[in-house]
Amino acid sequence: MARDWLKGIRPAYDVAIIGSGLGGLTAANMLARDGHSVLLLEHHFKLGGLATWFHRKGGHIFDVSLHGFPVGMIKTCRKYWSREIADSIVQLKGIRFDNPQFNLTTTFDREDFTRIMREHFKVPQGPIEEFFDTARSMNFYDDQSMTTRQLFEKFFPGRGDVVRLLMEPIAYANGSTLDDPAISYGIVFSNFMSKGVYTFQGGTDKIIGMMQAELLKNGVDIRTNALVEQVTVEQGRVSGIVVNGQPVKTRSVLSNANIKSTIEMAGETNFSRDFVEEGNRTRLNNSSCQVYIGIRKGESIDYVGDLYFTSEADEFDSDKLRSRDITSRTFSFYYPSIRPGSEMYSIVASTNANYDDWAELSSEQYHKSKQQLIKTTLDSLEKYVPGVREKVDYVDAATPRTFERYTLHPCGTSFGTKFEGLKTSMTLPQELPGLFHTGSVGIIMSGWLGAANYGVIVANNVDKYLRL
Amino acid sequence: MTKEQIRSAILQIISEIAPDEELGEIKDDVRLRDQLELDSMDFLDIVMELRKRFGVEVPEDDYMELASLQSSVTYLEPRMSHL
Repeated sequence: MARDWLKGIRPAYDVAIIGSGLGGLTAANMLARDGHSVLLLEHHFKLGGLATWFHRKGGHIFDVSLHGFPVGMIKTCRKYWSREIADSIVQLKGIRFDNPQFNLTTTFDREDFTRIMREHFKVPQGPIEEFFDTARSMNFYDDQSMTTRQLFEKFFPGRGDVVRLLMEPIAYANGSTLDDPAISYGIVFSNFMSKGVYTFQGGTDKIIGMMQAELLKNGVDIRTNALVEQVTVEQGRVSGIVVNGQPVKTRSVLSNANIKSTIEMAGETNFSRDFVEEGNRTRLNNSSCQVYIGIRKGESIDYVGDLYFTSEADEFDSDKLRSRDITSRTFSFYYPSIRPGSEMYSIVASTNANYDDWAELSSEQYHKSKQQLIKTTLDSLEKYVPGVREKVDYVDAATPRTFERYTLHPCGTSFGTKFEGLKTSMTLPQELPGLFHTGSVGIIMSGWLGAANYGVIVANNVDKYLRL
Repeated sequence: MTKEQIRSAILQIISEIAPDEELGEIKDDVRLRDQLELDSMDFLDIVMELRKRFGVEVPEDDYMELASLQSSVTYLEPRMSHL
């Protein structure tokens, strides 16, 4: 008989959380701290959502999304998790760019960017200061009529090279384009510019393990291999869920699934028609491709930087960035220092990708495309790490289909939804009392910091509801 | 609560949200974000803590009222005087 993943489950909870991405995890911790009984459900066999890792033969561990996050994560971990977790965050100092327009190394903070923009790009101090101040003063509840393109045009007209410096890393961080609202760029950009790029020493496995321990300490009931099929509604309110075919009563549900999947789980008939239509119109953000490159045990590579934004495209172009004809890649280099005591090196190459480019391929075409992706990635990497092919003993690739399979997100979206998804997410409880959503929406609530913080914001609303 | 009590309640919340900040020399009439390293999430923490501790709801449209210590006290006084 199959193992019963729900063995010993209680008959009722204050809140059931669907999905254990960073938003679901952080919300679970806050709600447990507030004294509520919390059931955390994850369909996969481990917690973390896209904050994940995997082991492969040869002693390799690959971090899927630990490319770097803003310094704000230290404060977020200290406030909503523990001092111990916050203390394992360290800075990544070698951020590099290589493209036909420029080649430079930076610590990726306001001071160093100001220096680069003055010395390398010959931009006067005035607009630089004004640009940084404008971006820093943006809030998610501000006016969203200005696009990122207009923001750049206002401060750096005709400067495609400056736009690339400012935009390309953020396009990788949250999938945003020049046509998205300027605030979705400004908030994330300013978060990074505040003090640079940071990571967890110990790797994704360590941080998620520490979070899991914290949740257990605070009394959260955690169940993996637990797929929620339905949110049940009685008299216009959330009354429970069905998980692995078993009904469980709960006073509220906080979904960390995609917002569209969340509406589906609760059933469209439980929402107004306008809301459902708005939900249907909400655009998904793009997906990703990744290539995981493991260096043979005993071999090493020289330090060439931590995060390398590379491109062969003449100028920044959001469409080209996602094209299956790949011209731009971000290489994340993981040296042994990421896991003290380890001697392993690995490199993860990431590109933004369109689901549709991969969805319809036959299995033969798909396999061939994946091999092509691996080959061209290694070709490109050779430029930065000469002779790397000789040292590689494991390589594999993930495509939008892979992301879809592991996260269950429609179209394998790796950055949730476009800006309008934020409104759908935030107004969900007004439509169906007791149902809440946290997760990658509106671009700004994306990434490690955005996801964790949005989890806190929504947990606060759940707490409010439960105390009524 | 009196104005002075509300002022120290806010400072107490800020000291817990941003334990590294020196709050002794804070100027009441200057924007908090211009004196302290408070980001928009810290700011939301203040709003969330006001609800959890005192049951005061600050709607999004009124967030600007909490820009400085002085404007916060002025805004919160009628909402917290019964406490």
